[in-house]
Amino acid sequence: MNHPHPRRELGAALLAAAIATFSFAANAADLTVSAAASLTNAFKELGPAFEAQNPGTTVVFNFASSDALLAQIAKGAPADVFASADQDAMDKADAQKVLAAGTRRNFVGNTLVMIVPSDSTLGLKGPADLAKLEVKRVAIGNPASVPVGRYTRGALEAAKLWGTVEPKAVMAQSVRQALDYVARGETEAGFVYATDAGIMKDKVKVVATIPTETSVTYPIAAVAGSPNPDAARKFLDFVLTPAAQAVLARYGFGKP
Amino acid sequence: MDASVWITLALTLKVAGCATVINLVLGVAVGWLLARRRFIGREFLDAVLTLPMVLPPTVLGYYLLVVIGKRGWLGAWLQNTFGINLIFTWQGAVLAATIVAFPLVLKSARTAFELVDPQLERAARVLGLNEWQVFFRVTVPMAWPGILAGTLLVFARSLGEFGATLMVAGSIPGRTQTLSVAVYEAVQAGEDNVASFLVAITSITCIVVLLASGRLAPTVRAR
Repeated sequence: MNHPHPRRELGAALLAAAIATFSFAANAADLTVSAAASLTNAFKELGPAFEAQNPGTTVVFNFASSDALLAQIAKGAPADVFASADQDAMDKADAQKVLAAGTRRNFVGNTLVMIVPSDSTLGLKGPADLAKLEVKRVAIGNPASVPVGRYTRGALEAAKLWGTVEPKAVMAQSVRQALDYVARGETEAGFVYATDAGIMKDKVKVVATIPTETSVTYPIAAVAGSPNPDAARKFLDFVLTPAAQAVLARYGFGKP
Repeated sequence: MDASVWITLALTLKVAGCATVINLVLGVAVGWLLARRRFIGREFLDAVLTLPMVLPPTVLGYYLLVVIGKRGWLGAWLQNTFGINLIFTWQGAVLAATIVAFPLVLKSARTAFELVDPQLERAARVLGLNEWQVFFRVTVPMAWPGILAGTLLVFARSLGEFGATLMVAGSIPGRTQTLSVAVYEAVQAGEDNVASFLVAITSITCIVVLLASGRLAPTVRAR
């Protein structure tokens, strides 16, 4: 017998394969981009374009509400790039010293809109109509962790309507969850970005564009201690190129 | 810490308590059916009712949204017939917790009933007890330790239910926000002090439940 312990050798081979698999999971050529949920569709299209320009780099996206992403990064999640939907979340990141110095910049703008299910018969025209008795629930991003919720609260407070709307609010974990609640008809109305309403045109209807206290601009920055700082900087430059901006514009994003 | 934490705790206990009572009744009924009756599709029914234990909670949450949502077939019927809407209500959270935890009591109750010696039931009938009396005075008392163990597991599982609850009941502070959802929200918002406090409350509650179940457990150990 040349192989007295075939099982042991098989075990060793499996162990080696397992180690190889796990070590490659943290590949140095991976660029991890933690981006606000509203960027989901546009960034998924930008990823392959960036990979084509930077052979050998694989872009990995992590989409959630901006503050949830920040909480992960602050706890040491190995993200390379952080793109948030408002300055507030990025300011918090700055204060917690998790951003690479001098890399922060604004790259797109957006608009806050009020939406209703497309088959809604309540005839809601704007935030003032949310006081109606027929309106039982309103989907709003949770202001504590979702930027669209902060924009919404700011706008409604300015319009002296927050006190009326808050008791009806269903706090969503991200702008996409608020969109989903309205699209399923579970809430009579909701507040999302124009870009989100645009991807579900068949299920939701925009009834009003809401002026916000602070303009909706998205900042992006490299994360301090990023495992892949070169690719992170390239990605920051990439999102501001005319080609990338054209893709973002196609999804409804405006200039910052 | 403000009063909202206690409201959240009370709501969590209310949801878990309701889910436990419903599951106790259903678990005993269906567990007995599966253990004592022979019918076509018996094992299939068992498998379907056990699914919530192995399916991801998000899958269950999605099923529930699709079925009991305003546009779901059951949800639309409930809305039109009774004016009942379960989405974003604490009753919706009870439904989610009930379904998720049901297999725990079902499995325990079925096994417990199967272990009851049919000879004893026959002897009771010979002594003149009717079927209901046999069930409540012989079968259930003999199977009780197993049923009780399953029921406690249901309560513990319901306390911690998160995924399906969040999808169906949402997160409305004071109305549908349970402890596990409140912890998630606090972590998402980076409010570590709130999260730590809620986690401590949750841990203490669970320890109290375990100690209480230890008090009830001697009946289990006695067997």
